[in-house]
Amino acid sequence: MSMSNPMIESSQEFHEINYENVKKKQRAKTFTKGMVFLLPSIVLFGTFLFYPLFKTMYLSFFLTNARGETTVYVGLQNYIEMFTSPIFHQSMKSTFLFVLYTVPTTIIIALSLAVIANEKLKGIGFFRTIFSSTMGISVAAASVFWLYMFHPSIGFLNRILELFGVESIGWLTDPKWALLAVAVTTIWMNLGFTFLVLLGGLQSIDSYLYESADIDGAGYFYKLRRITIPMLSPTLFFVITVTIINAFQTFGQIDILTQGGPQNSTNLIVYSIYREAFSNYQFGTASAQAIVLFTIILIMTIIQFKIGERKVHYQ
Amino acid sequence: MGYIELMDISKSYNKQSNVLNGIDLQIEEGEFFVLVGPSGSGKSTLLRMIAGLEEISGGTLKINEKVVNHLPPKDRNLSMVFQNYALYPHLTVEQNILFGLHAKKVDKQVQKKRLEETAKMMGLSELLNRKPRELSGGQRQRVALARAVVSEAPLCLMDEPLSNLDAKLRANMRIEIRRLQKKLGLTMVYVTHDQVEAMTMGDRIMVLNDGIIQQVGEPIELYNKPANLFVATFIGSPKMNLGKAKIKNDQLIIEDALTIPFEKMDVPESIQNRKLVIGLRAEHMPHGNETQQVQHVEIVNVEHLGNETLVSFEIGTELWTAKWLGQWLIQVGDRVPVHISVENMCFFDAETGDLIKAAAFTRKQEVVLR
Repeated sequence: MSMSNPMIESSQEFHEINYENVKKKQRAKTFTKGMVFLLPSIVLFGTFLFYPLFKTMYLSFFLTNARGETTVYVGLQNYIEMFTSPIFHQSMKSTFLFVLYTVPTTIIIALSLAVIANEKLKGIGFFRTIFSSTMGISVAAASVFWLYMFHPSIGFLNRILELFGVESIGWLTDPKWALLAVAVTTIWMNLGFTFLVLLGGLQSIDSYLYESADIDGAGYFYKLRRITIPMLSPTLFFVITVTIINAFQTFGQIDILTQGGPQNSTNLIVYSIYREAFSNYQFGTASAQAIVLFTIILIMTIIQFKIGERKVHYQ
Repeated sequence: MGYIELMDISKSYNKQSNVLNGIDLQIEEGEFFVLVGPSGSGKSTLLRMIAGLEEISGGTLKINEKVVNHLPPKDRNLSMVFQNYALYPHLTVEQNILFGLHAKKVDKQVQKKRLEETAKMMGLSELLNRKPRELSGGQRQRVALARAVVSEAPLCLMDEPLSNLDAKLRANMRIEIRRLQKKLGLTMVYVTHDQVEAMTMGDRIMVLNDGIIQQVGEPIELYNKPANLFVATFIGSPKMNLGKAKIKNDQLIIEDALTIPFEKMDVPESIQNRKLVIGLRAEHMPHGNETQQVQHVEIVNVEHLGNETLVSFEIGTELWTAKWLGQWLIQVGDRVPVHISVENMCFFDAETGDLIKAAAFTRKQEVVLR
């Protein structure tokens, strides 16, 4: 008899387990575990991304003193002044023109180079290295290099023009040419990265697809149009997004080559923000511009994703 | 004159050691020809050379009596099915099937007609608007086949097309491909590493190892008269049982463990006084009864296949397997009588591995069947 008692007790215990409670506990456990794993990124993003973002939004509603402390609450006044300022209009126009000059050109050149470099030829490694080499050059070094190229008297470009008897051009001092000159520099600098990413995309396309097309009798451009471009679309999409964001955020080469001049023709928005904040010490208006830039990039990215999702083929 | 002729074909990468050596072969029109061999034997390379995807290092390749060494794949008038199907993931089934016709700018009406015919034949009519990722493995395989069929090329090359399918589907597709080939009268060159596929599908089989032809022949011929030890062990499942043997005083001694008496009349002079390897098919070692020549062996493993039973036992250092019809309730460790006789044995030269004499019994069986 004494043996049967614990048996009965334990079976009663078995019935009394509250499954809902146990499940809740387990869920709480997995949640805490997940949060622990997320903690490093949350801390990093919080300090260096989310906090500055909200601080910038806050600042954009105030006037500040030279030390960046808020003085007067002005509401939307910063924004209103900005949108009525002709300098800001010029800056926006330059920025959009700059994006228009750089993004398509960079991608088309990088794609052509990548398609060529993807061929299996002798010594192709050398060309791949050359084509991607600009990735390893810092913005400052590249800008200085181009500064000499654009030099009005001793610059390489004007020397060539001289050879053909054309009058020399003030690449960086003529408002007509300055934005174009900066755009060329930027294209050259971005080419390495874009090329490398696109080449990687090309190499991940299954070679069987091309062999099958060869047997079917497809020509070179037919294969390019029907296989390469569609199969590369996720990579192209990524590259376009990144290049557009980069173009909107251009700063280094402007600072070294033109400092926003001549006549504000290269005063791109990030440079304008920098000037407002650290030359004029107007942290309030600078913050307002930064928020506008953030909104533009956000909208552009959303549009791209909306369009991209329909066109891009993911495997 | 064969439809495809390979004359002394060889392949080497970087001008170093040859991957393929002196391949001489003729494939007839309308024939289902199987290239079989272990991985790395060069069979896929050979197929890709016929297709024109791989350059031919030496020798002459003729298709339809024309030398095609220098021609690109599209001018060789052939179709090919790849192991991973090579379907374009961004195109629908219809676009996939029509890719080749579209590239060749075939007339729209003709395209439509051929698409309808092919889709109906392959049972794809319902799936034309789907993308490859929305298809099952078997359906993808069918699309790949449809692409080959729609091109109406007289020669079709297949590179291990069934290796991504599960066993049941594979058995189905074997039959389907075979029927399709017969129906359309295609000349088929089919590469596989699976000897079962080779045996069941091929009109003729070529066994390739290390870039050298081991044997070319009909499936039954390869099974009954393997030209050497490689073919003997490669073709047939379970594989042929082998054992080192020598002849001494009217007795055949196998692996120093089995002694089988035989009459000199049974074997020709040529195999006496030589180092031998004998081969014995699993089904040629039946359960022994009193009237026969019987060896008693200890069972080390039993596999029940339903209507057949595989029993394994050790002969010296070799593990032999016998296949018995019916269900035998035997335990591991039992000692059972096995009938092992000289007339069922293939004799190979121990040094070169070449066949000296094929089994006499199988020849009898062949006669009975005919």
